Amino acid sequence: MVRIFGPLVGLFFAAALLWSFGVGVVQQIREPDPSTAVKDFHRDPKEDVAFSFDGPFGKFDNRQLQRGFQVYKEVCSNCHSLKQIAFRNLADLGYNEAEVKAVAKQWGTKAKTFDAKTGEAGERANLPSDHIPAVYYAGTGNPPDLSLITKARHGGAHYVYSLLTGYTTQPAKLLKRYPDSATPDGLYYNPYFSNLNIAMPAPLTTDGQVTYSDGTKATVDQMARDVAAFLTWTAEPKLEKRKQTGWAVLGFLAAATALAYLSKRTIWANLH
Amino acid sequence: MADGAIIDGADSTDAGVRRRDFIHIAALSLGGVGGLAALVPLIAQMSASDDVLAESSTEIDISAIAAGQAIKTIWRKQPVFVRNLTPAEVAAAQSVDATKLRDPQSLADRTKPGKANWLITMGVCTHLGCVPLGAGQGEVKGEFGGYFCPCHGSIYDTAARIRKGPAPKNLEVPPYVFSSDTVVKIG
Amino acid sequence: MSFPWANQYKPSNAFTSWLDEKLPLPRFVYNAIGGGYPVPRNLNYAWNFGVLAGFCLVLQIVTGVTLAMHYAANAGVAFDSVEHIMRDVNWGWLMRYGHANGASAFFVVVYIHIFRGFFYSSYKAPREMIWLLGVVIFLLMMATAFMGYVLPWGQMSFWGAKVITGLFSAIPLVGEPLQQWLLGGFAPDDAALNRFYALHFLLPFVIAGVIILHIWALHIPGSSNPTGIEIKTESDTVPFHPYYTAKDGFGLGIFLLIYCAVLFFFPNALGHPDNYIPANPLSTPAHIVPEWYFWPFYAILRAFTADFLFIPAKLMGVLAMFSAILVWFFLPWLDTSPVRSGHFRPLFRKFYWLLVIDVLVLGYCGGSPAETKYVLISQIGATYYFLHFLVILPIVSSIEKPQPLPFSITDHVLGTDAKTVAA
Repeated sequence: MVRIFGPLVGLFFAAALLWSFGVGVVQQIREPDPSTAVKDFHRDPKEDVAFSFDGPFGKFDNRQLQRGFQVYKEVCSNCHSLKQIAFRNLADLGYNEAEVKAVAKQWGTKAKTFDAKTGEAGERANLPSDHIPAVYYAGTGNPPDLSLITKARHGGAHYVYSLLTGYTTQPAKLLKRYPDSATPDGLYYNPYFSNLNIAMPAPLTTDGQVTYSDGTKATVDQMARDVAAFLTWTAEPKLEKRKQTGWAVLGFLAAATALAYLSKRTIWANLH
Repeated sequence: MADGAIIDGADSTDAGVRRRDFIHIAALSLGGVGGLAALVPLIAQMSASDDVLAESSTEIDISAIAAGQAIKTIWRKQPVFVRNLTPAEVAAAQSVDATKLRDPQSLADRTKPGKANWLITMGVCTHLGCVPLGAGQGEVKGEFGGYFCPCHGSIYDTAARIRKGPAPKNLEVPPYVFSSDTVVKIG
Repeated sequence: MSFPWANQYKPSNAFTSWLDEKLPLPRFVYNAIGGGYPVPRNLNYAWNFGVLAGFCLVLQIVTGVTLAMHYAANAGVAFDSVEHIMRDVNWGWLMRYGHANGASAFFVVVYIHIFRGFFYSSYKAPREMIWLLGVVIFLLMMATAFMGYVLPWGQMSFWGAKVITGLFSAIPLVGEPLQQWLLGGFAPDDAALNRFYALHFLLPFVIAGVIILHIWALHIPGSSNPTGIEIKTESDTVPFHPYYTAKDGFGLGIFLLIYCAVLFFFPNALGHPDNYIPANPLSTPAHIVPEWYFWPFYAILRAFTADFLFIPAKLMGVLAMFSAILVWFFLPWLDTSPVRSGHFRPLFRKFYWLLVIDVLVLGYCGGSPAETKYVLISQIGATYYFLHFLVILPIVSSIEKPQPLPFSITDHVLGTDAKTVAA
């Protein structure tokens, strides 16, 4: 039975697939998949920027993270939330308790309160245990929450850096080849963005837009790097601990496996 | 181990046997150590997480509590009573001979120096953990004018000391400091 | 099988002999994976993967139960509860990465286990039942993995759930109501998330149960071996313990080294970035792809692009995708060659490697965006896949002239198989 019906079923599927294949090939010849502006002009994130946390021994540079936080606070936080981060987490960047408390207290958006008895909504100053309050953005576009942005995009920190420094005017070649693909009003051309046209205007435009308290020169490139590093930390605060634990575990496993091999060899030695 | 037969190979000298045994024991021991080490995170994950620990201290504004009034607040997910004692209540608490009580403590033991009118205690009866009455407006305060636990009738005085009923201890005083005259930090 | 020379369990002290009378558990273990189970002496490292698969299941259950202590199956908070695990729970990141990569490790191990079975024809009599139970385990694993991937409630979770349950809507007449029943609604939401969570928790224990049957069935004929010839004498075997416990211990070490290297240094390499975006029913990701271990089957699903005869393409795709696994159930009866091991089947061996390449190509296409070139390649790949199992195997097994087999396992191991017999 199986040997009769099996081949029949097999040939049936094969016929259906080859039919699909044939139809597909004919279609492809008649009207090939059109090339698109995105296919031709989208760019992968720049890989030539080195970050301190790259590689298996990588670590965060706390001063850079603090600078990145400053860029987030003064620039990004006008539109973008960071809701996975609580103020207390900032202690990881090297801020002491009083500084964390002060940052929380002075944060522009206040924590929401709700009086269950009167039904009244109110506000209070943020506490270190509070998460950074959500930002509600009424303009065009939907600024994504940035907490996990470096994990949610191919290229991670490199993507953020490339996007922030990648704004440019639309190439004439693109307009010539795809006249319909001109960047619409209110959008901005950026070859690192998935569909080339992003609703966010270039956020980092001038050197010195942020005044770093550690004296680092705030070039656009520097600010983009710093905020990309900061957003890597927000996406994965446990990165350093993970890598450190990893080395200890691998070291232990290497020793245990070597011994297991010797033990296995000894046991089998008498057999062959 | 049942593998004596295997280890007694044709060429086994005493030293060889010992070296081989050592390899097996070392391999098994390392395996055991690895297994135990893997238990550490599995057990530790159940202890309080960082967000819970972040709420281990609470700041309370006491400026709005008039003499004779009390508020119920929450610290570490448990009720805390903050009570502004009237001079009469302070006097009543101080007039008792503390040494004769079930859980001998004076009012001074239970309040901060110079702040004898601020009685801050857990709102958890030391008997079986009910929340005693007496902090809310219009609640029964019991015959000693402090707190009354409705579950089994424990009665506390104006220093929240146990005076009658089954509870063995006074209401617990949580660790706290006055951050300023109007703000108390508990925990 | 109870070979007459198998070691007998002897209680070593008063307590174990008391226990052996009341509850012969030590005896059971001794006979199953101890000194009382004679195993062919010539097993190669491909035979390590059964034990590794068992280890992976334990790993998944242990990390999974700890995650369950912190996870909240509610569409409003599921995503944040996973981030809470990653950030605030002590060692939560280790549990979560360990579980996510553990699923991948489980599938790597099981795929190698299955392809070992293909090469050595481990599915052949008298081991058909072991094979059938194995396919059941694999199907249960796929269901479990799919539902587990929905739980973090990221974009891929949501759209994966929508697309996969949407497959059922291809079934004529009952399709639409069936999809609604599966989801408990019109689109994935709380109801779907909650039931997936409940089943994701339950199914691993069902898998554990079927694994016990799988191993039970294994112990009736005993383990197969790379020569594919049966055990003849005691010299063909060694006791499982200490020989294979030691070998499995070493294998486990190598496995853990690779698993931990990925877990600690590339924890997101096998996942999709979109799943770090919270589920959004209003915006579909540019490319919906399942986890890598589903890619070959996903490619088969997408390969059907034109209606065939009177059957809609969508239904054909769904039928083919399920059939791609269901054909494995019939393998013992499709491959009728009297010789088991691929080592002695020159023609079979060529097609076997072609299948390996075919599945890898299908996997690559399944993970790529649905562009015409990948679809066209998948169509050829899927054609070979079905022809391989349903047409080529039956033909090869009847026309192939196998190479001579060694007389016994011992002869093969010692290289003294001067006397050879055709099976």
